[in-house]
Amino acid sequence: MCLAIPVQVKEIKNNNRAVVDNNGVNFEVSTNLVENLKVGDFVLIHAGFILEILTHDDAREKLALLEEFYQKTGRGKNGKE
Amino acid sequence: MAKSDKNKIKNLAAAIRELVDDNPITLMEVCGTHTMAIARYGIKSLLPPSLDIVSGPGCPVCVTSAQDIQFAIDLANQKDCLVATFGDMIKVPGESSNLGSAQNVEVVYSPFDALEMAEQNPGKEIVLLGLGFETTTPLIASLIKSAASSNLGNFSVLPMHKLVPPALELLISDPDSKLNGFILPGHVSAVTGTRYFKFLETTGIGGVVSGFTPLDIMESIYVLIADITAGRTRVLNNYERVVRTEGNPKAFNLIWEVYEPEDSKWRGIGTIPTSGLSIREKYADFDANCKFELKKREVEEPIGCICGEILMGRKKPNDCKHFGKSCTPLYPVGPCMVSSEGTCAAWYKYNKE
Repeated sequence: MCLAIPVQVKEIKNNNRAVVDNNGVNFEVSTNLVENLKVGDFVLIHAGFILEILTHDDAREKLALLEEFYQKTGRGKNGKE
Repeated sequence: MAKSDKNKIKNLAAAIRELVDDNPITLMEVCGTHTMAIARYGIKSLLPPSLDIVSGPGCPVCVTSAQDIQFAIDLANQKDCLVATFGDMIKVPGESSNLGSAQNVEVVYSPFDALEMAEQNPGKEIVLLGLGFETTTPLIASLIKSAASSNLGNFSVLPMHKLVPPALELLISDPDSKLNGFILPGHVSAVTGTRYFKFLETTGIGGVVSGFTPLDIMESIYVLIADITAGRTRVLNNYERVVRTEGNPKAFNLIWEVYEPEDSKWRGIGTIPTSGLSIREKYADFDANCKFELKKREVEEPIGCICGEILMGRKKPNDCKHFGKSCTPLYPVGPCMVSSEGTCAAWYKYNKE
């Protein structure tokens, strides 16, 4: 039920709505739950609402976790994984 | 799936096998979308036999009490009332029937549609079923505020929301619990932030907030196992492209602006203190519990259904005498089979044998 999908913002309207693009299909969602939304942002939508704006750079913490993995296993450090 | 992802998953599976020995380790996912992803991608087949992953009470449809569902059905059978709900809820049995056979029910994709229905049907009372965890609740809170600011008198919400942390506390405090760690819900955390789950660090049972791709899940399992085998208890974020430490404060604060915590009945589990939400008095005009003369009544749960024990991770679907026989997705007995994200539905679809 907590299904959410990433889409890109195409147009911001003035009634707390925005048009988003999901693989070429455009539809309107509510912007009530987020602030500082910009055209071009990638966002996560859930049941017709933008739930969160996604960060483009994935994950300092994730990289640290993978680093730990590489150290423990000695695998894949230089893209050979 | 990218080839590099496949290789990473293989390597993670190998690394996990190196970390665990014959001592049993049990992890629990508490999100229906994780339940489905783990079943669909065959994640368990990649793990050593001593490592078990069980499903917790992560499907809000599954944990809605029969009493609440029956009340929704009763409302939907009232003249001039129209109950709007997410489609997941339609087949869940109440006392003897379900919402699908009630008189006035409309399935909505977004709760926003219910607000539009109220505007377009001034002669009807539109009741939106306030379903879901912390992910969905802010959406519905925002609609209640919109309805209040535009004085939309024919719109109300029947609150059935549930909160995740009290359920985790109950699971941990169970003396029979064999849990060693949680795969934490990614989209709940998008709203609440990882700090919402920090309390776990004092319980000895840690968790990793996870995304939903097979690689996300395998990484999260690896990190959990690494912590468990090293004797560390941490709450970590392995979904940083979506989840911040502080979550989405605007969405999170909306929950508390409109709702306050109350004790809530979970199907098959019973009442968990402060695990539900009621609408604050300020918004009582939009609370279906206050608005109608009709009140909730006691309803029995289906006999022989072990959904409660499955939701607590104590039993597996094939421990149930109904499973796959008198209980199938087409003719479900209990809510874990009804909801497409229920544990029994996932088992039936992906590993019935």
